[in-house]
Amino acid sequence: MTRSWAGRLVLLLVLPVALVGLWWWTSADSGSVYYPPLTRIVDKLQEDWLFEQVGSDLLPSLGRFTAGYLIAAVTGIALGTLVGLAPRVRRASQPVTEFLRSIPPPLLLPFVLVVVGLGNASKIVLIVLGSVWPVLLNTIDGVHGVDSQTLDMARSFGIGRRTQITRVILPAASPKIAVGMRTALSVALILMVISEMQASTNGLGFKVLSAQRSFDTAGTYAGVIVIGAVGLVVNLGFLAAEGWIMRWHRGARGLLDEAPRAPGPGRGLWSRARAAAAPPVADERPMAGTTGAVE
Amino acid sequence: MLEIEGVSKTYGSGDDAFTAIAEVTLTTRPGEVLCIVGPSGCGKTTLLRCASGLMPPTAGAVRLDEHPVTAPPRTMALVFQDYSRSLLPWMSIHDNVVLPLKAARVARDERERLASEALASVGLDPLGRKYPWQLSGGMQQRAAIARALAYQPEILLLDEPFASVDAQTRADLEDLLLEVWSRTGLTVLLVTHDIDEAVYLGSRIVVLSASPTRVKETIHVDLPRPRDQIGTKELPEFAHLRASVFASIKEESLRRPVDT
Repeated sequence: MTRSWAGRLVLLLVLPVALVGLWWWTSADSGSVYYPPLTRIVDKLQEDWLFEQVGSDLLPSLGRFTAGYLIAAVTGIALGTLVGLAPRVRRASQPVTEFLRSIPPPLLLPFVLVVVGLGNASKIVLIVLGSVWPVLLNTIDGVHGVDSQTLDMARSFGIGRRTQITRVILPAASPKIAVGMRTALSVALILMVISEMQASTNGLGFKVLSAQRSFDTAGTYAGVIVIGAVGLVVNLGFLAAEGWIMRWHRGARGLLDEAPRAPGPGRGLWSRARAAAAPPVADERPMAGTTGAVE
Repeated sequence: MLEIEGVSKTYGSGDDAFTAIAEVTLTTRPGEVLCIVGPSGCGKTTLLRCASGLMPPTAGAVRLDEHPVTAPPRTMALVFQDYSRSLLPWMSIHDNVVLPLKAARVARDERERLASEALASVGLDPLGRKYPWQLSGGMQQRAAIARALAYQPEILLLDEPFASVDAQTRADLEDLLLEVWSRTGLTVLLVTHDIDEAVYLGSRIVVLSASPTRVKETIHVDLPRPRDQIGTKELPEFAHLRASVFASIKEESLRRPVDT
C-alpha cells in the first residue's frame, strides 16, 4: 500500500475544507439578505438544531422516512419475489408497473392528501408510493434472472421451494435488490421533505419552507445543511451495511483485496457513495420523475 | 441401476423443432464408471438432464432401481461443469455441503459428520469456513464433489466436471474421483468430451453419434485397476482404446455437416 491512511484522509478533506473556507471568507462581510455570513448560519444551526428542534422536527421526519422506507422495502421485495417467480404474471404486469413507476411521485401528494388525510399517514404513504418501485422492479429483475444452473443444482439436491427462495433465489437476487434499495433511499428522502412542505406542522421540510417564508435566510440555509447531513449519514450507513452483508458479492467478483478478516466500511466507501449518487442508468433504473421534480 | 430407455428430446415444435436426442438407450451396471463421450454439440448435457430428472424427455423413460425418474431422486447426486455457478458464493464451503442435507432433514449431528467426512475425503477439511471464491477452481470443484458425496448418493452423475480446470488439476481430480469411487462403490455416470479421461476413468464408454443423437457403440475398458496417470496411460491397451474411441467420434464429427 503506497498511499497511507493519513494521506487518504487528507485527500478526502481537502476539498470540503477549501469550500467551507471559501464560503466563510466570501460571506464574512456580506450584507445581502440572500447570502448571510456563514457565522450567522452556524449560529442559527446551533440555536435551532442543537437540540431544540431535534425532538420537534428532526425525529418526526426521520420516523416518517424510516417507516415509509421500510414498508416500501418489505413490500417491494415480497411482491417482487412473487412476480419474479411467475413469468406470466411478470409479463402481464409489466405495462402497469412501467406506467405507475413513470408517474413522478410528488404529483401524487394532492391525491394522497385527499384520500389519506393530513397526518403522518399521508406522508408515509407518499414515501411508500414513490420508493417502492425501484425495490419492486429490481427484485423482479433479480429473482427472474437467477442463474439456471444454480436452480438446477438446488433442484437436483431436492431442495424444496421455500428453502430455494430463502437460501438460493433471494441471496442470488440480493445484489440487484440492494441496488433498488439504494435508489429507493434517495427517493424516500426526497419525498420525506416534499411531503412536509404541504399541509404539515413540523419536520425538516416544513422548517426550511417556513424559514424561507419568514425571510429567515440563515435558518433556511441551516435547515438545508441538516437535510444534507441526514442524507449523507443515511447513505453512508446504508453503504456500510450493504458492504458488510454483500461482502460475498464483491468477493465473488474479485473485488476484495484478498480475504480480509474484518470486512465492513472503510475502504471504498466514498467511491461507492459517489457511484450511488450517480447510478448507471442501465441497471439502477433511477426515478427520473422524482429528481426532476425536485430540481 | 439407472436405465435410460428410448429417451428422446425435442425442443420447440413445428418448423423450429430441434431434436437434441433422437433415441438413446443405456443402462448402468452397479458400481461401474460409465463414461459418455460424443462429438461436441451432440446433446450430452441434454441427456444428463433427462437422466437426472431435471427435464422430462419427449419420449422414452428413465428408471432408477425400477422406479420412474420424474424428479431428481434422493439416491442420485450431480456435479456440474461450472462450479462457479453451482456453488453458492454467499455460503461457506461447509454451508454449501450441508445445505442439501438440511433440505433432506438429516439430523444436525449426522449432517456435521457427513460434511466433515466428505470434506476430508476431498482434502478440504481445513477450509470449510472459506467461501467458494476464496478457493482455486480445482478446490471449488473438490467442494462440489464433497457436496455430492455428503448427500450419500448411490449414483453420481457428473457433467464434464473437470473441463474448467487446468491439466494438472484435472489429473488430480480424476485420481480423486477414482479413489472415492473405489472406496465407496458408487455407480458413476460421467459425461466428458475428453477421450483420455473417458478411457482412464471408465469401466465402459458409450460413444454417442452426432445430432440427432443415438448410441453409436459401447466400448469396454478392461484396463487393470487401480489405475494411475503414468502407468496406465503407458499401456499399449490404453493407446489402442484411445485410438478406437477417437476414430469412432471422428467419424461422427465428419458426418455432422451433412446433417445440419
